[in-house]
Amino acid sequence: MTNEELKNFITAHTHEVTFEESQFLNAFVPSEKIHSLAKYLRENSFAGFDYLFCLSGVDWKDHFMVVYHLTSRKFRHSIVLKVKIADRNNPTVDTVCDIWKVAELMEREVYDLFGVKFNNHPDLRRLFLDDTWGFPLRKDYKDDITIVSL
Amino acid sequence: MNNKEEIEDLIDSHEEDFILNVGPQHPSTHGVLHLKIKLHGETVTDVQLHMGYIHRSIEKMCEASSYRNFIYLTSRMDYLSAHMNNQACAMAVEKGMALEIPPRAKIIRVLMSELTRIASHTLWWSSAGLDLGAVTPFFVGFRDREDILDIFEETCGARLTMNYNVPGGVMYDIHPNFQRRVKEFMKKFNKRHHEYDELLTGNVIFQGRMKGVGYLSPEDAVSNGCSGPVARGSGVSCDVRKWLPYDGYENVQFDEILETKGDCFARYQVRMKEMLQSAKIIEQLIDNIPEGDFQAKTKNVIKLPKGEFYSRVETARGELGVYIISDGSMNPYRIKFRSPNFCNLSALKHMTIGGKIGDLVAIMASLDLIIPDIDR
Amino acid sequence: MDTKAATKFDIKSFPGKLQPLPGGGNIVTTSIDKIVNWSRSNSLWPLVFGTSCCAIEMMSAASAKYDWSRFGFEVARASPRQADLIICAGTIVYKMAPVLKRLYDQMPDPKYVIAMGACTITGGPFFYNSYSVLKGIDHLIPVDVYIAGCPPRPEALLHALISLQNKIKEGGPREKINIGF
Repeated sequence: MTNEELKNFITAHTHEVTFEESQFLNAFVPSEKIHSLAKYLRENSFAGFDYLFCLSGVDWKDHFMVVYHLTSRKFRHSIVLKVKIADRNNPTVDTVCDIWKVAELMEREVYDLFGVKFNNHPDLRRLFLDDTWGFPLRKDYKDDITIVSL
Repeated sequence: MNNKEEIEDLIDSHEEDFILNVGPQHPSTHGVLHLKIKLHGETVTDVQLHMGYIHRSIEKMCEASSYRNFIYLTSRMDYLSAHMNNQACAMAVEKGMALEIPPRAKIIRVLMSELTRIASHTLWWSSAGLDLGAVTPFFVGFRDREDILDIFEETCGARLTMNYNVPGGVMYDIHPNFQRRVKEFMKKFNKRHHEYDELLTGNVIFQGRMKGVGYLSPEDAVSNGCSGPVARGSGVSCDVRKWLPYDGYENVQFDEILETKGDCFARYQVRMKEMLQSAKIIEQLIDNIPEGDFQAKTKNVIKLPKGEFYSRVETARGELGVYIISDGSMNPYRIKFRSPNFCNLSALKHMTIGGKIGDLVAIMASLDLIIPDIDR
Repeated sequence: MDTKAATKFDIKSFPGKLQPLPGGGNIVTTSIDKIVNWSRSNSLWPLVFGTSCCAIEMMSAASAKYDWSRFGFEVARASPRQADLIICAGTIVYKMAPVLKRLYDQMPDPKYVIAMGACTITGGPFFYNSYSVLKGIDHLIPVDVYIAGCPPRPEALLHALISLQNKIKEGGPREKINIGF
C-alpha cells in the first residue's frame, strides 16, 4: 500500500492518529490505543505487519516517546508508530509482546534504560543493569562518580 | 520415601529440577552471557537469560560525540563484522546529509564487506567445530582468516577494528597491492572451502549432533525478529541486500541461500553456501573497480538537519539498523542500534526447551552470537 | 661418552651448571629458586577468559600462525582451579567485576595476571562518558604485565608472555614464591 492508502486504512480504524512523512510514514498514536492498533495492523490481511524490527525509547526532556518500526514481509511496506508518554514521573504504556514475541526483550531494554513501564508484560525485569541503578539514558541522569566527561 | 510411586510423583512434579548456571565465563557461550537453565534430568525445561556483563553504554557515549566520531565505537559492537557496522553508521549520516557517494567508494565498500563476511563465517566455522569437540577446524579456519586480515591490514591499517568507512566514502584509497592479493586469496579459497566440507560437514558425529536439533519454525522466526542465517535456515527470506539494495549491491549477481529444515544443520549449510556467494560477488567486482574519488567532499563539522534517519545493512549475523534522531546540533540527540544478535537471542528459548543440555551447545554454536552486540 | 652427555644438556637458558662425574653421569648445581622459577615460567597455563574484541586476538595468538604453545602455554583451561595465568582480554564492566574477582580468588597461588588491551588498563575508548565501564582492572586485582593496543596484535601478546616469563625467572612477582620451608 502507498502512504496515502496506509493513512486512510489506519484512520478508518483509529481516528485520533496524526501523520508525518519523513523517511517512513510516521503515525502518532495515543498511548491507550496502541495495543488495539498494533493488533489490527498485524492481523489484517491487507496490512500484514508481521515484522517488528526496532523498538526504541526517546527522551524529549518533557515527555517520553516509544517508537515502533514495523514492516510487512508480504507487501513490503513499512510504517513507524510513535507513542507519546507525557507523564515523566510514572511513564506507562501497554505492551505488544503478545503480538510480536521480540517485543519482550526490547521492552525490557526500554524499561532498563528509560524507566518506561509496560502494562501486562510477563517478566518486566531490568536487563543490563541492576535494580539500584537509575535510568541512564534519560537526559537528566547525573553520575559524577563514574562518568568522566570530556 | 520408600514408595516407588511417591518418588515418581515427585519427579513428575518438577520439584527436583536442578538449576544450572552456564557462564558468564564459559568456553562455549561466545562471550559473557549468563544462562540459568532448569534441568529435569538432562532435559531443559526453562532458560532464563541474564545479560549486561559487557554493557558498555555505547548509545549514551554516542550522544556526547560528533557525527564523525561515533563510528569508531560501533566497530567494537559486533567486532567480526566491524566493516559492515561502520558502513551502516556512515550510511545513516549520509542519508541525513542527502549525500551521494562516488561509485569507487561504493565498490570498495562492497568488496570490504564481502571479505569481512567470509572472515566472519570462517571464524564461526572454527568455533562451531571447537564447541562440539573438533579441534582441527579451529586451526584450519584461523589459518585461512589470517590471509584476509593481512589484506585488511595493508589497506586499512588494522586487523579487527578498522575504522575505514567515513561519512562520504572511505578514508583512504586502496593499496596498490589490494587487487593482486585478493585475486590470490580467491584462487586458494575455493579449494579451502572444499577442505572445510571434507573436515566437518560429512562427519557422522557432527551431523548426528546438528541434524534435527533446535528446530525454529518460520512463524517463530518472523515473530522473534530473527534475521540473517538464523531466519534463512528456516526458509524466511530476509536478506537486506536483496530487499533494499544499498551501496552498489544493485548491480551484482548473487543468490540468497534459503533452507527449509529449520534445524542447526540447515543454519550451518546456509552459512557455508553464503561464503561461496560472497566469493562470487568479489570475483565479479575485483576487476571492475571504477576510477575516481574515494570520498565525497564534506564539511569538517557535520551537522544533520532536524529529523530521523534509519539505515539498514546486512551484517554477517543479520540485519543491523542504525536509527539517528537529530535535533539540528553538532551532537546526535539519540542513536539506537538495532542489533541482529539481540533478536536472534530471543529465539533461543523456543529452540532449547524440551531438548537436552548437550543440544544447547550445538544450538548456541549454530546461532553464532556475539555478546557485545547484544549488550552494546 | 661423558663429553657427549655434557654437551647435550648445555642449553643457555637452563639455570644451572652441569658437572660431569668421573664414573659417568652428571651433577647439576643450582639454587632451588632458580629451578622452580624456570620450570614455572615455561609451563604457564592460561585461563580461558575473554569478554570482547581482544579475545579474538587472543584466539589468533593461540592458533597456527602465532602459535603460543611454543612457549609452554599449550593447555588453556576452562576452570580457574587448574590455571595459573589469567589473561584478561576485553572490557570489564561493573556487573562483571565481582565475577572476575571471584575467578581470581579461585585460582591457586602462584598466579599471574596480564591486562590485555586498552580497556583493561584504563578503560580505553570507554573512559569518557561511560557510566558502566570499570576504568582499569588494576582497581580490582594486581596486574603483572600490561599490553597496550585496541586490540593489540598477537605478536604484542607473545611479547607480553615472554616478558612475564622473564619476570618470573628473575624471581620478580609481588609475592615471594613460597616453596614450603
